[in-house]
Formats: sequence, structure tokens, C-alpha cells
Amino acid sequence: MFNTKTIRGREQRTAWILIVPALLMLLFVFGYPILRAFWLSLFTQNLGTRLQPVFSGFDNYSRMAGDGRFWQSFWVTIIFTVSSVVLELILGLAIALILNQKFFGRGLVRTSAIIPWALPTALIGLAWAWIFNDQFGIVNDILLRLGIINTGINWLGDPTLAMFAVIFADVWKTTPFISILLLAGLQSISPDLYEAHSIDGATPWQNFRQITLPLLLPQILIAMLFRFAQAFGVFDLIQVMTGGGPGGATEVVSLYIYSTVMRYLDFGYGAALVVVTFLLLILAVAIASLLLNKLRARTSGTT
Amino acid sequence: MTATPEVVSTTPRQAGGAKIPWRKILTTIAVILVVIFCLAPVMWQVLTSFKVNEDIAAVPTVYFPTRYTLDHYIELFVRRPFWRYILNSAFVSIVSTALALTLGAPASYALARLRPWGGKVILAGILIVTLFPGILLFIGLLEIIQQLGWGNNYLALIVPYTAINLPLTILVLRSFFEQLPKDLEDSARVDGYNTFQMLWQILLPMTLPALVTTGILTFIFAWNEFIFALTFITREELKTIPVAAAQLGGASVFEIPYGPIAAATVLGTLPLVLLVLFFQRKIVQGLTAGAVKG
Repeated sequence: MFNTKTIRGREQRTAWILIVPALLMLLFVFGYPILRAFWLSLFTQNLGTRLQPVFSGFDNYSRMAGDGRFWQSFWVTIIFTVSSVVLELILGLAIALILNQKFFGRGLVRTSAIIPWALPTALIGLAWAWIFNDQFGIVNDILLRLGIINTGINWLGDPTLAMFAVIFADVWKTTPFISILLLAGLQSISPDLYEAHSIDGATPWQNFRQITLPLLLPQILIAMLFRFAQAFGVFDLIQVMTGGGPGGATEVVSLYIYSTVMRYLDFGYGAALVVVTFLLLILAVAIASLLLNKLRARTSGTT
Repeated sequence: MTATPEVVSTTPRQAGGAKIPWRKILTTIAVILVVIFCLAPVMWQVLTSFKVNEDIAAVPTVYFPTRYTLDHYIELFVRRPFWRYILNSAFVSIVSTALALTLGAPASYALARLRPWGGKVILAGILIVTLFPGILLFIGLLEIIQQLGWGNNYLALIVPYTAINLPLTILVLRSFFEQLPKDLEDSARVDGYNTFQMLWQILLPMTLPALVTTGILTFIFAWNEFIFALTFITREELKTIPVAAAQLGGASVFEIPYGPIAAATVLGTLPLVLLVLFFQRKIVQGLTAGAVKG
């Protein structure tokens, strides 16, 4: 396969020897399960078939089209993803701008700003469930003391409020990730640019609009791409905080897939759900990377 | 706070003697808000874990308890095998981190320097794979684990954790290898080292800082993983902290053990808080290298 007589050929062989172990590992844990899901999705394999796979073509997919619970979980996922990513982006940018200022104790503040990101999501879910607790939660207590409400609110028991609570917890947990990336971006912008712009009489807002934002755009897009994928597949936070409830109000697609497989033991249908989620994710990634490439081409073209 | 109207009216006159440093004040307020936002929920859980049960269930909420207790922590260790959970989490995270570095370092070197045929495709694949949530993999992995008889075995976690951390490892280390001066390798070759010897004896020691950076990140991810740990491990003695804590329940739904849950949260997050305190800079470096350079 490799011509070992030439230096280039030997280099190629060495390269592949070094890569193959990692590659096999990736194929084993990522490649196989995805392909397997495609294959399994063509079979009915549930309690009705005594867990034996029976070929059923695209039955699982047509079932999905009429599955109200799937569509609801799909919309819940979209609402969760879009609202948390947008909020995180705004808040993350604000925090990055603040952390980029000069102030006393900056190192320590930056450290504390990373902490939410580093902690286990499942445990954070427990913490937030306690904060939003209907009887003893601190949120209710604060609102009662401020006189905003008269009786405690059942945050996690109301469909809309439960959604609000999980989005809030997710924003808290993952905003630091965005601020870290954006802060790195901010630090790579040369201060000379602002100076020159200010001499031309630009206001801070114009500085932000005309220098900061355009130069930060690649980082913003990358952060959004990562966060979009993660939020789209969110599992632990919601599983721990609400378990998808009340009445499926916070049941995102991943929770639906999980209970389809683990509770109803419907492997074929679960696999079909995985395939659709996978394809949607790939589609989103393709669009995002297309945008990113266009952007890169434009910025490198002008400079 | 002591803004007098007189001073405000002089702001247009730039060279005013007693000019209030608005920028500084606003920055300070904003910084304080950021710190409160980031730490308050965690601090609340810490406080809860030390409160006695009556204070936890007190209405209105007790913010400054007069009594403190270690009971909730003691309960975790006496009534539950909490040591085991901690050891399980630590073992699985450390082993999978070591494996991810062992497999990832050579691969990232090859991708950075040896220009292998198909390298671009592999890199693109690795980038896409970092975006896959665990839910997409768990059915296939569940089957594999059943076939191999890995259920309730550390391998059921170590192997997937190694793999989900490989993409990040490869991306971060690749960007590190690309920054190394090439002269070093050239002179090593002149001295008669082959690629493997050079990697092991010369480059690896130099890579140590980057390996630490990557290792911290992979450790965090492995420690925090939930869905695989929930699915592949059902035996109590093999559970990891996130799953064990999430499954702490009382005798009934109405009797949720808030104190022990808070204590478990504190214990499960403490190692990571320490990591962040000591390695803040490295974590930031690693994350930006992994995400942006890729």
C-alpha cells in the first residue's frame, strides 16, 4: 500500500501507524452506533416482536410523522435550543466584554466565571431544582419578600415556568463557555484599531459595532455552532430537573429517545428517532460551516 | 453613589477636577454582578448542605443559620457507599484521560506534521464528531456492551469516555504540535532518530504542558458524563457521582432528602472547583485551542 522506498512513502506509513489506534477507537464508539441506528431503524424491534428485529422498511419513519409526542418533543427542543443559545450569546458577550476590562482581582473573577461550565450538569440540575423548589426554594422566597408574588409558585410543576426554569439553568451553566471563547477573541483584537477609530471620532457604540462585532464574528459563530449542537442534544439537565415533565412540557427529543428505548424497549423506533436527530444536526452543522467558510473567505479577502 | 447634580452638569467640560470615574464604577458593579451570577447558585447549595433539616425546610427561608451540621455528609458515607462513587468517578476519569492522551498524542502529531493521505477528511470527521450528543450513540453502544458482556463493568464507561474525549485531545494537541519549531525535528532526524523515538524521547517531554491542559479538560468531561453512566451501570457499587447523586431519593416522593443531595452536589463538584482554581489559565487555553483553531 505504501511505497516504503521513498521518504514520503515511509512518512505516510508512519503517519498511519500513529493515527490508526485513535481512528479505530472513534469508529468503534461514533461510527458504528450511528450506522447501526440507520440499520436498526428499518426494523421493528419492541415488546410486540418479543425484542426480535423484524424488517419493516420505513414503517418507523411513517409512524414518526404521525407521532404527536415526537413532534411536541421536537418543538420543545427547538424552543429550548434557540432561547438558550440566544440568551447565552448575549449574556456571554456581555460577560466577555466585562472580563476584558482592567479591574482589581481580574484573575480571580475570571476563574469564578469559569466555574459553572466546569461543574457536572447533573449535579447542577439538582442545585437548580432546589433553587426553584415550590415549597422551600430560594426563588420563591425572594419574590415573596419583594412582594412580587403572594404565594409560592410551583415553578417545575407548571409547563411554561418549568421550561423557563430549565432554560435559565442551562444559560447559567453554559454562558461561561461562550464568554471564554469570546474573551479569547476580544484579546486578539489589537487595541490600535480602537485608538485609530477613536481619533476619527467614533463613539464607544460605533467602536463596538464597527470593530468588535465584525472581528468577533468567527468566534461567535463557532461558539454558536458548539452550543447549538449541545443544546439540541441536552439530556442530563432536564432529566434531573424535571424528567421531561410536567406532562411532557420539557420533554426534549433526547429524553423522548431515551424513554422510547429504555422504558418502552422500542429499539427500532428509537433508532429511527436517532437517525432523524442525527440528520437534522448534520444539516445544521453544514449550514453553519458554510456560513463560517464564507465569512472567513470574506475577511481574508479584505485584508 | 454620592453623585451630586453639580458634578454631573460639568461632565461636558472634559478637564473637570472632580470628575466621577463612571466607567470604573460601572465596571465594578458589573464585575460584582458577574461574580454573584456565577457563584450564588453553588454557594446556596453549599449553605444548604450544612444546614439542619428544620432550617432547610423553614419558611420563610433561613439565610444565615445559627446552627450548622455535618450530618448530611455523614449520612452519605454511612448510609450509602459514597466513597465508592467518588473512587468510581476518579478511576474512570483518570483511566479514560490517560487512554485519550495515549491514543490522541501520536495521532495529532501525525495529523500536524506528517501530512498523511486523507488527513483532511479525518480532521473534518473529528470536527463533526465533537458535535454529536451522547443520545445518538447510546443505542448502538448499549448493544455492543451487551454483546461483549461489559454491562456493570468499568470498561463500559472507560471506552466511550476515551472516545468522546479523543476529538478534543487531537484538536488541542494538533494545534500545539503545529506551533513547535520544525528545526527540532530536523536536527533529531540528522542525529538518527526515527519518528517513534523522536516522538517518545524528544517531543513528548516538550509536550507535557499541552498534555496537562488537554488532560484537565478530558478529566472534567469524563467526571461530568451522565447518560452513559446512567445507562450502562446499574450496580450500586459501580455508579459514578453524578448518577448516584441524581438517584438519591427518600422513602417516598414527598420525602426528598434535600440535605444529602446538597452535600452530594458539593462533594461531586469540589474536585472540579479545585481544578478550575489551580488551572484556570490552562483550561481557557485548551478550550480556545480546541474550539477555535479547529
